[in-house]
Amino acid sequence: MQIKIDENGNFKPTIVAFCCNWCSYAGADLAGTSRLSYPANVKIVRVPCSCRVNPLFILRAFQRGADGVILCGCHPGDCHYTTGNYYTRRRMTLLFNMLDYLGIERDRTRVEWVSAAEGAKMARVMNEFVARICELGENKRLEDLRCKKSLEE
Amino acid sequence: MQEIFGRIKKRAAELFADGTVTRMVGWQKGESDYDKTPAVFGPDMKGFVYDGFCGANLSKYLINLSKVEGRTLVLLKPCDSYSFNQLLTEHRIDRDKVYAIGIDCNGKLDINKIRALGVKGIRSVAEEGDEVVLDTVYGSKRVKRSEVLLDRCYCCKGKDHVAGDEFILAEKRVDTTTTDRFELVKKLEAMTPDERYEFWRGELSRCIRCNACRNVCPACSCVKCVFDNPALGTDSKANSDTFEENMFHIIRAFHVAGRCTDCGECSRVCPQHIPLHLLNRKFIRDIDELYGEYQAGAEVGQRGPLTDFAKNDAEPGATPDKGGKK
Repeated sequence: MQIKIDENGNFKPTIVAFCCNWCSYAGADLAGTSRLSYPANVKIVRVPCSCRVNPLFILRAFQRGADGVILCGCHPGDCHYTTGNYYTRRRMTLLFNMLDYLGIERDRTRVEWVSAAEGAKMARVMNEFVARICELGENKRLEDLRCKKSLEE
Repeated sequence: MQEIFGRIKKRAAELFADGTVTRMVGWQKGESDYDKTPAVFGPDMKGFVYDGFCGANLSKYLINLSKVEGRTLVLLKPCDSYSFNQLLTEHRIDRDKVYAIGIDCNGKLDINKIRALGVKGIRSVAEEGDEVVLDTVYGSKRVKRSEVLLDRCYCCKGKDHVAGDEFILAEKRVDTTTTDRFELVKKLEAMTPDERYEFWRGELSRCIRCNACRNVCPACSCVKCVFDNPALGTDSKANSDTFEENMFHIIRAFHVAGRCTDCGECSRVCPQHIPLHLLNRKFIRDIDELYGEYQAGAEVGQRGPLTDFAKNDAEPGATPDKGGKK
């Protein structure tokens, strides 16, 4: 069961962050070793490359109870596999435009380029993103009631 | 149209006789005059028809027909020839096993638009010039052809074929284009997110998950489809849940993004009349605006926008029209 409310009665979102193995995951690691804090409700999923993330992954995260999904990869030009994140960029641009077109809040999804040396950026991005999702509140427009029910049982 | 039909029949008989082709894929009459379904014919061409209700795109059938012995004769309307090229680009059709005849099209009719005019009890339909003659149980009725065309025909891609071994065309070509194809997309984009959400809820909540849009789409031709996975949660219509509709339609449209030729078959076959082409056109419009004008299937072998990139592409989340950074 997911706890969506903290001890003070405030909304506590669930965030799924897809981080590429080579840059962003190491960036998150650096944020940790540098003692920079970012909210604990960010759940990191490590992927070999940001390009591994299929639009279905993002929708699936929302289905299973995420309130926001962020995708982090190497800076364009720095991809470990040379060109992976260029494809991600096109794909996600189109997907996010489509979500917006269907009336689903654009700010629930985000792509950020975080290198292995940018621990501080990682922490800042995550803090900003969680703050924005707290403003938006619970994900209502892309939720799957069937998944919610099974979580409560 | 009758004249074109005669010429097609004559030419097809010749091709059967000299052994160029062993079968033909065309249309046959369904339960009623306004119901024409694709079918495969032998040399006798029994039941073959071509008229204003033959809107179905035949190019998808060539995927399976490429796998059997012998050559297939296919009839392509101008908009179908784009799908044909796209499938050739994706190596789904064996070009050597297909003989394509580009046929004339003067716009295809939409039975729902005829019904919307208040015509009931239709017994038979005939076309006379630019009029449709309807024989109903309440007597005969005539409607203007230009008023009852399929939506896609009002923003036709053009009357020129982009593929074909030979062409059977009318002397006088009819131009049916009256509107900009992105008109509705632009209107939706101008709405607030809440209005858009309400609009799409109203449309997508009617979806019965019959999969007709997937099955008819020439671009949607994977051997193993993601929607056939029962664990996906979209394999059937969920009661009182909106997610499966959104998920299905986003993923369906995304899978054909950059490959969709805008043939409009998805909207034509939808039994619930959901304007599915508006989802595809959103992708087409975004691709055109962000990555340069692109028409899928215009040429064989062109590289799709989602399998290509440029170093200075727009960043995701950047909304130039809303003042965002590019």
